[in-house]
Amino acid sequence: MAATDSALDDLLWQVRATWVVAKKNVMVYYLKPPVLTFGVIFPLFFYLAFAAGHKAPAELMVPGIVAMALFFTASAVGPLVTPWERQARTYERLATSPASLSAILSGDILAGMAFGVLLSFVPLAVGLALTSAEITHPLVLLAGLLLGALAFSGLGVLLAAPATEGPSQVMMLSNLLRLPLIFVSGVFVPLAEMPAWGQWLSPLSPLSYCADLIRVGFGAEPYFSLALDLAALLCFTAASVIGAHFFHRKTRDRVI
Amino acid sequence: MNSLQPADKAIIAEGLTRRFGDRLAVDRVSFTVGRGEIFGFLGPNGAGKSTTARMLTGFIPSTDGKVFIAGYDIAKHPSAARRHIGVVPEEANVYADLTVWQNLMLMAELHGVAKAVRTAHGNTLLESFDLAARAGQKGRQLSKGLRQRLMLCMALVSEPDILFLDEPTSGLDVASARRIREVILQMNRERGMTVFITTHNMDEAEQLCHRVAIIDKGILAAIDTPAALRNRVEIRRSVEVHFKESMVKPEDILLPPGTTTVPIGDGFRIFGPEPGHIAQDIAMQATAHGLHIESINTLAPTLEEVFVSITGGPHGRN
Repeated sequence: MAATDSALDDLLWQVRATWVVAKKNVMVYYLKPPVLTFGVIFPLFFYLAFAAGHKAPAELMVPGIVAMALFFTASAVGPLVTPWERQARTYERLATSPASLSAILSGDILAGMAFGVLLSFVPLAVGLALTSAEITHPLVLLAGLLLGALAFSGLGVLLAAPATEGPSQVMMLSNLLRLPLIFVSGVFVPLAEMPAWGQWLSPLSPLSYCADLIRVGFGAEPYFSLALDLAALLCFTAASVIGAHFFHRKTRDRVI
Repeated sequence: MNSLQPADKAIIAEGLTRRFGDRLAVDRVSFTVGRGEIFGFLGPNGAGKSTTARMLTGFIPSTDGKVFIAGYDIAKHPSAARRHIGVVPEEANVYADLTVWQNLMLMAELHGVAKAVRTAHGNTLLESFDLAARAGQKGRQLSKGLRQRLMLCMALVSEPDILFLDEPTSGLDVASARRIREVILQMNRERGMTVFITTHNMDEAEQLCHRVAIIDKGILAAIDTPAALRNRVEIRRSVEVHFKESMVKPEDILLPPGTTTVPIGDGFRIFGPEPGHIAQDIAMQATAHGLHIESINTLAPTLEEVFVSITGGPHGRN
């Protein structure tokens, strides 16, 4: 009889597969000059375009830019990886390897998370160097960056689930969801100063909690409580991962 | 049914069924493939070959039925089962932005092959497939034939017990297709590797396979050795005779009842159930009529004729 591995052996195997998939994604999809440039430039200019009409001090803009850079970069490529793989005919080979669907999705999330955290250091470093912004709670800032990147990357992988080989269709869906989230998340305007409808909608966005944590890291008072920020980001991550697994499985089952 | 099966069979498919909405793509297909066997899966376009292959590798689940790979139920232990297999899916591709070597090492790492082993084995494979000089080239720089060779390397780099090949030589030049067939035979001979191959190419199936299955409209229509399948279509056995005299007509020769004659160049092909007797008759009548036979051969049906006979034509039964 064939022997089955223990649950621990299988888990270790899948952890290793997660790492291999993440490494592959970094090499194939992330380490591209256009992706890197877009990841830094787009959120910066997006923010500056908005901030140009406001007279807020530069140091107060830094947490918002960092949060938005993190959101854009961590969720930018994830929605496209699976459609790209389907389009390039590499997906079936990956899916018939010993890596489980969970390991493949976890690898996608890990790569997006690493990309987001690393690129968010660029506006962070520039902001610290050029303005009077100061990090007062580094652990809170780090938690905001890591958990935010995890939630945003998970959201990106969830968006990759629709059964399409056309990355442009996924891109459209991705932007349709991500852009409104930015406006209700207190990145441009502090949540306390937003109109009532914005304050009602802001709890629906994971970026609200991440931006709140990053602002606290820079010495601001939290809009939500820190515990709520952390719990909400974990809940968004869990929901994204479960949803991604469910919809990716359904999509794969429909493949002809 | 237990989720494990005795591992003496490499592949067991039991009542494998797959529906896509209302369409029944594969209907209760059952077969086993023994260890060390090369098993061909033939069928017209849309017959269910690739769907069956995808269920066997666990890429898509079956609507009903079970698959055991190396003793593991693919639905319950997919990862354990897949550690024993290498796959070259139909229309698959390599990563265009990775080099030949990176593509190869990626698959080895996904299969958990230790670094020293994968490096040594990867080098050997690239040498075997004449890809060593291109190890640093990106996937996008390779021709279709070279990409297909690389894909086979990627499937073999983990030294799998079972190799799944979905139309591996489709659209390749003669040299590349031949090289791939040689390696399949070599791996089977030297390592006892089990091979499951879907193909349209009857010559390929005849050259490679110990047994073949023919699927048509999702139903398994036949399964046997190529020789036994040929014997099934007795009526297609024939005698081909060529005379030195070019003006011989079919009616000049009295043939036994139940035979049909088709003119071919300066000779005939005579179809009938007893080609040995037909050949003897022709030889005797030729002597009696003073005709000179240039050549006479008894011919068994080809696998292609078997396929056409079973499926009703190159595009399937109607």
